[in-house]
Amino acid sequence: MIIKGRAHKFGDDINTDDIIAAKYLNTTDAKELGSHCMETIALDFSNKVKEGDIIVAGRNFGCGSSREHAPIAIKGCGVSLVIADSFARIFFRNSINIGLPIFELKESAKINEGDELEVNLAKGEIKNLTQNTVYKSEAFAEFMQELIQAGGLMKWIRRKQTTR
Amino acid sequence: MAYTITEKILLSHTDKKIIKPGEFIWAKVDFTLGNDITAPIAINEFEGYGAKKVFDNKKIALIPDHFIPAKDIRSAKQAKRLKEFAAKHKIVHYYEVGRMGIEHALLPELGLVKPGELIIGADSHTCTYGALGAFSTGVGSTDLAAAWITGHCWLRVPETIKFIYKGKLSKWASGKDLILYTIGNIGVDGALYKAMEFSGSAIEKLPMDDRFSMCNMAIEAGGKSGIIEPDDITLDYVKKHKGKKSKFKIFKSDKDAKYSEVKEYNVSGLEPQVACPHLPSNVKPVSKLKNVKVDQVVIGSCTNGRILDLRIAAKILKGRKVKSGIRVIVIPATQQIYLDAIKEGLAEIFIKAGAVLSTPTCGPCLGGHAGILADGEVALATTNRNFIGRMGSPKSFVYLSNPAVAASSAIKGRIAHPEEVL
Repeated sequence: MIIKGRAHKFGDDINTDDIIAAKYLNTTDAKELGSHCMETIALDFSNKVKEGDIIVAGRNFGCGSSREHAPIAIKGCGVSLVIADSFARIFFRNSINIGLPIFELKESAKINEGDELEVNLAKGEIKNLTQNTVYKSEAFAEFMQELIQAGGLMKWIRRKQTTR
Repeated sequence: MAYTITEKILLSHTDKKIIKPGEFIWAKVDFTLGNDITAPIAINEFEGYGAKKVFDNKKIALIPDHFIPAKDIRSAKQAKRLKEFAAKHKIVHYYEVGRMGIEHALLPELGLVKPGELIIGADSHTCTYGALGAFSTGVGSTDLAAAWITGHCWLRVPETIKFIYKGKLSKWASGKDLILYTIGNIGVDGALYKAMEFSGSAIEKLPMDDRFSMCNMAIEAGGKSGIIEPDDITLDYVKKHKGKKSKFKIFKSDKDAKYSEVKEYNVSGLEPQVACPHLPSNVKPVSKLKNVKVDQVVIGSCTNGRILDLRIAAKILKGRKVKSGIRVIVIPATQQIYLDAIKEGLAEIFIKAGAVLSTPTCGPCLGGHAGILADGEVALATTNRNFIGRMGSPKSFVYLSNPAVAASSAIKGRIAHPEEVL
C-alpha cells in the first residue's frame, strides 16, 4: 500500500494528553476524538490536517497514558501514518493492535514541515518528494509483521483461534 | 540459564523451556483490569468480535474510578456500560461507587494481585503491582479485549535495568523521591520498553506503600514494568491483604542474571525531589524551588493516596492551617483508606486545617474533575504526570512531589521543605 501526504512536524516526548486531552475521554467516537487531536499543543491541527497526511515526530512519541483514544484520534482526524524516532511502548502496541501504521525513523529530523511524502508501507520506504530523497524505516520484528498483516490484534486472534 | 525475576515470571506464563529478551511471547495472564475510560473501548472490541464469553469471570476487574462519581452524562454512560457488561458476564470484581477505590490502590488492598503473577491492565499505571514482585504492565483496550477472550496477551520480553539504591533515606525523603530522582536521571524514555528492577539497602527498608509509589511511576521513565523482589515486608503485606486467593509464587533474580544496564545511586541525604512543568523528568531538589507559589495542592492518586501518604500529610497539617487562598484536596485512594483516615483522626486534622477530603477518584490527576486548574494556576500534586494541561487549562502548571512536601507547601502557600514547617 502506498500512502501520500504532507508532513506535520512535532517534537520529542509528545504525550497522550497532547494527542487527546483527558476531558474528551468521555467518548469513544473516532470522528469526535479526531476533531480534538493535538488540540492542547496545536490548536488548529484537526482543521489543518488533510486526509492521508502524516505526523512526523521525534523521540518517545505517545508517552504517558494507555488511552487507546490517542491512536483512534489520530486515525479519526485523517492522519494515515506516524513517523517518529521512537515510540512509547503502550502507544506502539495500541497502534499495531488497531491498525494505525507507524514507522520508526532515526532520521525523522531531516523531514521538514509540509514536505510531501510518499510511503510504501510494505517496504518501509519513505520518499521525500519535496527534498527528493529516500529514507528506510527500521524493520518490524517478525511477530509485529504478522500482527500488521493480519490487520490488527482482533483479526490476528480470530485467525489464531480458527486455525487451532 | 540465569534469569532476572521478570524473565522468570514471564517464562512461567508460557509453555516455553527458555526465554530471552527481545523475544515475543503469547503469555497467559492471571488478572486483568479495565476502568471507566479504557473498558468501554474494550467492550466495543469484545462485542465487535462477536465474543460471547469471557475467559474467566474471576480474573477480570472493572473499576469505575477515573471520572467517577460521574462528572457528566457521558461519563455516567461509560460507567453504565461497565456495570451492564459486568452483570451480563457475571464479572466478580466489579466495584461500584461506595466500594470502589483507585484501581492500583484497590487491587493490592483486596488481595487480587499477588507475587509471581502476570497482570495486565488497560491503564498505564498498572505497573504498580511490581511492588509485590509480580510482572505487571499497562496495555491498551484492544489488548484487554483480546485477553478477555483468550486469557492471553502478546508481550515482548523486556531487557531489565537494575537500579541499586545504596545508603539510608533522610527523614522526609520517600519512595516517591527515589523514583522522581531516577526519572530525572535517566529521562522520560530512559527505560523505554525495559523492566526496571529496584534493589539495594534503601529499598529493603522501604515500606510497601512507598514501593507501590516507585513501581507506579516506572511508566514515567518509559518502563514496561517496575519490580521489587519480594521480601519480609512484601510477605507481611500479602498476609494482611489475603483476599480469597492464598496461593502465590515467589521469584527472585539469579545472581548471574543479565541486565542491559546497572545503575547505582547513593541516596543518603537525598533531598525531597520535585518534578517541574511539563515533564516528570524535569526534577529539582525542593530547596531550589522555594519561590514557586501554588494555588492548589492535591494529595492523592494511585501514586500517593495510600494510608502512609495521608499519615505523613496529616502529621504536618496537624494543628496548622492551610494558607489563605490555597485549595487543598485530599483524596484517599480507597474506601478502606478513607475509613482508616477517619478512625485514625486524620480526616479531622485535614478538615480543621482547611483541606477538603474527597471521595476516592482519579479526578484532578488527569484533569477529569474535582480540582481542575484555570489559566495561569499552579498546582503541587502528589500525582504522577505534569504534562501541559494535565490538570486542566493548557496554560496551568503542575509540580509533582511527595505528600510531606505537598502538605508543607499548603501551609506556606509556596513550595516548601517539611523542615520549614515542623
